[in-house]
Amino acid sequence: MPTYERIRQAADERWQNLNDSSEPWIRVGTAMCGHSAGAYDVIDALKAELDTRGASARIDEVGCLGICYAEPLVDVLRPGSHSRLFFGNVTPEDVGAIVESYILNGSVPDGKALGYLGDEIDGVADLNDLPGIGLQNRIALRNAGHTAPDDIYQYIANGGYEGIHKALTQMEPDEVIKEMTDSGLRGRGGAAFPTGIKWSFMVGSPGPTKYMLCNCEEGDPGAYNDKGILESDPHTLLEGLMIGGYATRATNGIVFIRHGHDGPIDRTEAAIEQAYEVGILGKNIFGTDFSFDIEVALTGESYVAGEETALMEAIEGKRSQPRFRPPFPAAFGVWGYPSTINNVKTYSYAPEIISRGAEWFSGIGVNRSTGTAIVCLNGNVKYPGLYEVPMGLTLGEVINDIGGGTPDGKALKLLQTGGPLGGVLGPDSMSIHIDFDEMRDAGAILGSGGIIVGDEDVCAVDLTRVLVAFCQFESCGKCFPCRLGMEHLLEITERIARCESRPGDLELMRSVGTTMEASSLCGHGQLGFGPIRSALTHFEDDFIAHIEGGRCPTGSCLGPHIAPKNTRPFAHDFVPPGAQNG
Amino acid sequence: MSAITQDDRERLLRAINNQRRPTVTVLSSLLAVQDELGYIPEEALEEVAALNDTTINEVWGVASFYTNFRFTPPGKHNVEICWGPTCHLKGASHILQRVMDELGLEDEGETEDDSISFKFNTCLGACSVAPVMSVNHRLVGRITPESAVERVRRVQDLDAAH
Repeated sequence: MPTYERIRQAADERWQNLNDSSEPWIRVGTAMCGHSAGAYDVIDALKAELDTRGASARIDEVGCLGICYAEPLVDVLRPGSHSRLFFGNVTPEDVGAIVESYILNGSVPDGKALGYLGDEIDGVADLNDLPGIGLQNRIALRNAGHTAPDDIYQYIANGGYEGIHKALTQMEPDEVIKEMTDSGLRGRGGAAFPTGIKWSFMVGSPGPTKYMLCNCEEGDPGAYNDKGILESDPHTLLEGLMIGGYATRATNGIVFIRHGHDGPIDRTEAAIEQAYEVGILGKNIFGTDFSFDIEVALTGESYVAGEETALMEAIEGKRSQPRFRPPFPAAFGVWGYPSTINNVKTYSYAPEIISRGAEWFSGIGVNRSTGTAIVCLNGNVKYPGLYEVPMGLTLGEVINDIGGGTPDGKALKLLQTGGPLGGVLGPDSMSIHIDFDEMRDAGAILGSGGIIVGDEDVCAVDLTRVLVAFCQFESCGKCFPCRLGMEHLLEITERIARCESRPGDLELMRSVGTTMEASSLCGHGQLGFGPIRSALTHFEDDFIAHIEGGRCPTGSCLGPHIAPKNTRPFAHDFVPPGAQNG
Repeated sequence: MSAITQDDRERLLRAINNQRRPTVTVLSSLLAVQDELGYIPEEALEEVAALNDTTINEVWGVASFYTNFRFTPPGKHNVEICWGPTCHLKGASHILQRVMDELGLEDEGETEDDSISFKFNTCLGACSVAPVMSVNHRLVGRITPESAVERVRRVQDLDAAH
């Protein structure tokens, strides 16, 4: 078993060689944002261009710097230089000039250079001057965009696995839990429960087999921060899982990811494999008596699989439908073993909290919301992206200062926060702070961190219809308040959108919605009315225009409305012989 | 539903018997079949039930629950377009409509010539570059009705050239 010091030394040497290489080091963002923006076409073009010129370079695929709006991003470190130059919105057509003038000859081509990091480059801005970079405070995403997720040594050279090493060699498990509790870290999956306290629940559960489960179902439309961490820096999650495992005396970790999200799956599995190769996972880690294994389990497509007990059902290979509680997971979890479930983001803070201390972490943020929020800023903003910002910033600061406000001189009309079960807010929400409690009190939730901005052309009824359609489509069908309630809510919302509402529809929605809140088995049904309620609170006029005026105020409800419909359990005409539908 | 070929049966058995993830369940086995063959043939339900020592009914219960499973062979290419809220605000419904018109479809499904399987996706995970589509698992962001149709035509044209 190699010591941590030996691994660290090898990693430092490797990092030094990368930075002092005689070859250019090119990093291209290929997280889902870069991928979608065309990064792979850019990489192909770079390889072809270098080939044509007989030049060589190291090309690493890296994760997301946060400024997704500038993807594809190409980051070049030339030999002998102490400065990384970033090119934004690169197309395959731009590659010729970047290779010819900058990579080979060191002169910055016009137009495409976004900024530098490191020593000043003449005529180019400091990348930190971009609000999307400078206003971030990256903890969970500290390495994203800087290190290659498929290279464990790049992670280690940047302080990786220092937290688990410190925990194993200098701290008792209970001290780790105390540190987590003192840091004030609260679960980032939506419920905001204090992480240290959650971990403590499992300590006394009978062993030896206990599970730490990581939830990356992340089916929320509008959220990609969990996937973003796994694609950008999977080792930070693995280290966080290990720290949780040590603290709770767990033996196994499972990272649960939705099938089809190939980037996060591949990068997490590659990271696990490397951690075993290097000797960081497995038996007697760093020569201590702590042993820990991690594997990946996939779910089929089902949003409710993100609910913690449904997630355990899916890991066991069944339908992802929630269980009744009690028993709670800390006593009876996956396969009946004690289990603790956290979100990717929650675990990903643990390495830095342990390395740098609870006091450092709790000094960031505001009130009972310590640390940072990882926000996915989408929709009608100039600069959409994945921004890790200190808790306590206002929504206005995030949307206007970082996001650049709404484009084309249009007015901001609404915000949708916290995923499809979250709330809809109006433009008067700009002074609300990003703080779990303040946002909940305002009728929105921070939830998964998604913020969708809508401008004046958006009709609140139209957006609500999409949110309700999503919640109906994803209802698992186990409990009838949600199964039938979402169906009713969808029917009524669609009626209103078509200006064909019936008298009493709004009252009917409220009645169905409050019944769902009171009687559904899990959060899906309990929160399923949330979008409608908050939309009615802030945009009742839009609803009234449809109901009484017979018109859509922006016309957006008149466009095509296309969404799949949940017809479980009778979705398939085909029923195999020997099986019964339903 | 017709029986699968001997070759497909062998691929199916290899896929479920050699799963690379350590924990084998009904769900993991079904995902392995779908990844290998693109769909879940009837025979797979029996084989997955036998492998996991459970009933066909249990396996069907899982298979019919998750929305990514399909029970007929897919078209040659796979096109998905996101209809989630961010993509919707950015005009996804108009893109969906244009592409469906282009493909002669009124809903999800296969084109008449089976060249394309078309699917609505609830979120492809790249909302910051919305609207987003996926063509044979390659993500394409910032699409317009025109560019989406062009992407679809491009895969069809590539086929025609071969």
